[in-house]
Amino acid sequence: MDLSSINPILLVASIMVSATPILLAAIGEMVVEKSGVLNLGVEGMMITGAVVGFAVAVNSTSPALGFVAAAAAAALLSLAFGLLTQFLLSNQVATGLGLTLVGLGLSSLIGKPYEGIKSPTLPKLDIPVLSDIPVLGRMLFSHDLMVYFSLALVVAVWAFLKHTRAGLILRAVGESHDSAHALGYKVVIIRLMAILFGGACAGLGGAYLSLVRVPQWTEGMTAGAGWIALAIVVFASWRPGRVAIGAYLFGGVTVLQLNLQAAGAAVPVALLSASPYLVTILVLVIISARGAHAAPASLGRPFHASS
Amino acid sequence: MIRLEKRPQPSKLWTYLTPVLAVLLTMLVGGVLFAFLGANPVEAIRTIFWDPLFNAQFAGFTRPQLLVKAGPLILIAIGLSIGFRAGIWNIGAEGQYIMGAICGAAAGLAFYPSESVLIFPLMIVAGALGGWAWAMIPAILKTKFGTNEILVSLMLVYVAENILGSVATGLLRNPEGRGFPGSRNFKQWDAAHNSDLIANTGMHWGVVFAFIAVIGAYVLLTRHVLGFNIRLTGEAPRAARFSGVNPARIILICLGLSGALAGMAGLFEVTGPAGQVSIDFGSGYGFTAIIVAFLGRLNPIGILLAGLLMALTYIGGELAQLMLGLPGASIQLFQGMLLFFLLAMDVFTNFRLRIGKREAA
Repeated sequence: MDLSSINPILLVASIMVSATPILLAAIGEMVVEKSGVLNLGVEGMMITGAVVGFAVAVNSTSPALGFVAAAAAAALLSLAFGLLTQFLLSNQVATGLGLTLVGLGLSSLIGKPYEGIKSPTLPKLDIPVLSDIPVLGRMLFSHDLMVYFSLALVVAVWAFLKHTRAGLILRAVGESHDSAHALGYKVVIIRLMAILFGGACAGLGGAYLSLVRVPQWTEGMTAGAGWIALAIVVFASWRPGRVAIGAYLFGGVTVLQLNLQAAGAAVPVALLSASPYLVTILVLVIISARGAHAAPASLGRPFHASS
Repeated sequence: MIRLEKRPQPSKLWTYLTPVLAVLLTMLVGGVLFAFLGANPVEAIRTIFWDPLFNAQFAGFTRPQLLVKAGPLILIAIGLSIGFRAGIWNIGAEGQYIMGAICGAAAGLAFYPSESVLIFPLMIVAGALGGWAWAMIPAILKTKFGTNEILVSLMLVYVAENILGSVATGLLRNPEGRGFPGSRNFKQWDAAHNSDLIANTGMHWGVVFAFIAVIGAYVLLTRHVLGFNIRLTGEAPRAARFSGVNPARIILICLGLSGALAGMAGLFEVTGPAGQVSIDFGSGYGFTAIIVAFLGRLNPIGILLAGLLMALTYIGGELAQLMLGLPGASIQLFQGMLLFFLLAMDVFTNFRLRIGKREAA
């Protein structure tokens, strides 16, 4: 094994790129769960975002338009979940699974003609001064816009939940929908908006995969990233800052195992490829063993004004 | 003003009506989808639901396929449904299916080329154990640490896929296969071949076990105290605990049972229809079985019918791909839509639709 072939500067840079899609999906799902809704369809929304973003970017030659379309398409898909769970009061777990299955089918249907072509990708920002700093510049300050957008989104979500009235209402709905309803807040509408936000974020995350990280469309390319995003929300105990840490941790594991594979480490390839999933399980076990859950109290419970 | 009014009891009529309506609605919306894809919608629906069974030209080939596809779906869905009844969400059946196939095949191949009659039973047991062991991971983690079984069982699907890729090209690779990936072909080894019990019916051992599972699950859920406790745990967890039901035991039983059944389904698949352990023998049965379980209303008899219907959409989908040039993925979307419409229609089971002004209380 030749560890010296791993360049630490490139390693950190690629960790940031590989963490971004999971971070986008996870921060969106965290807001959804904060409002008391468990949407297990992240994987389906992500892959729909990936294919729609790719298709639109290829046809319009504008990656920015691709991202917008991806967010819109995934939000539309999440709207179906929202209507079912909020108005027709269907089981959230089953509906979320259904959303994933629909998303996977829909994406491979849309994506067939786009297999094997390259898309226009986002330009790397050259932030003046900062990107010229010797080591740090290439590590942290020469990425594309979405990397910084995802980090800004984490800060925005934190500020929204912690310091705004609307954020307080959203958390109240998630903690006790009956009390929030009694106070006159529109539980269903608030939850629907959270679901749409989560869908749009998952779509952006998916589009980042197909437009920047890979950048190509292949069937089933999310490969569980949406589920890892769900796990990260649990890992983060529903806190924005920890969501970012979790996403970067998993980005790190993914990149590191790819680098080790390339360097020819004396570890079976199957074990290395499975390591992100194994680490997810390990982290979930550690978190649940510590007993620090802090899950929103109404998470996953259906709300109907009659009860 | 339309509003929903909660029923005191779920409606019996709607429980049975919703799957039928969901299928009809899926046909309708699916027809629109097929029209968009440039096929005649009526012809497409007929190709999917009618031709595999009754077309004079090729029904002879496609009819046996019905049991071949329905067998694993029913076997897996029965196991899942028992867990779902108890509120235990095993969604990693695909992983347990793969691990069952690997363990069962490995146990048999260890004795190659023995022609003993004990080989196949041994493989079935090993397959069930493989699936069981894989499902025990989320079960034990849940009972010991309270870890979410949905995420763990799903993560293990990806781990199982990686293991499959590794053994198909390494440990279990056919030594006489000139380096091609994939194990020995079980179809050429009589002691391990899961052949049709009655020629050209598709009726292999997996289908027999699926029928046994249906009957077993029916007896368990309606006649046995364990089945009652499982249902109680799902419907009223607190009441279950007060009446002395041990939730950890229910989790271990439900996940273990569904894992064992999924593992057996995997073994029957590699020794029969698939023929060998290859990188891509798993065709998503583990996920489709979730739809089957819900479409069958988590009821064993319902799952039997739902499994046959879902098998029909698989075969019909392949036929539509051949005859009408519809993309294969459209049938996957079709199946997903079915689950979605079913869940949407379910509102009528639990709620009554009231039209008019709310009465003053």
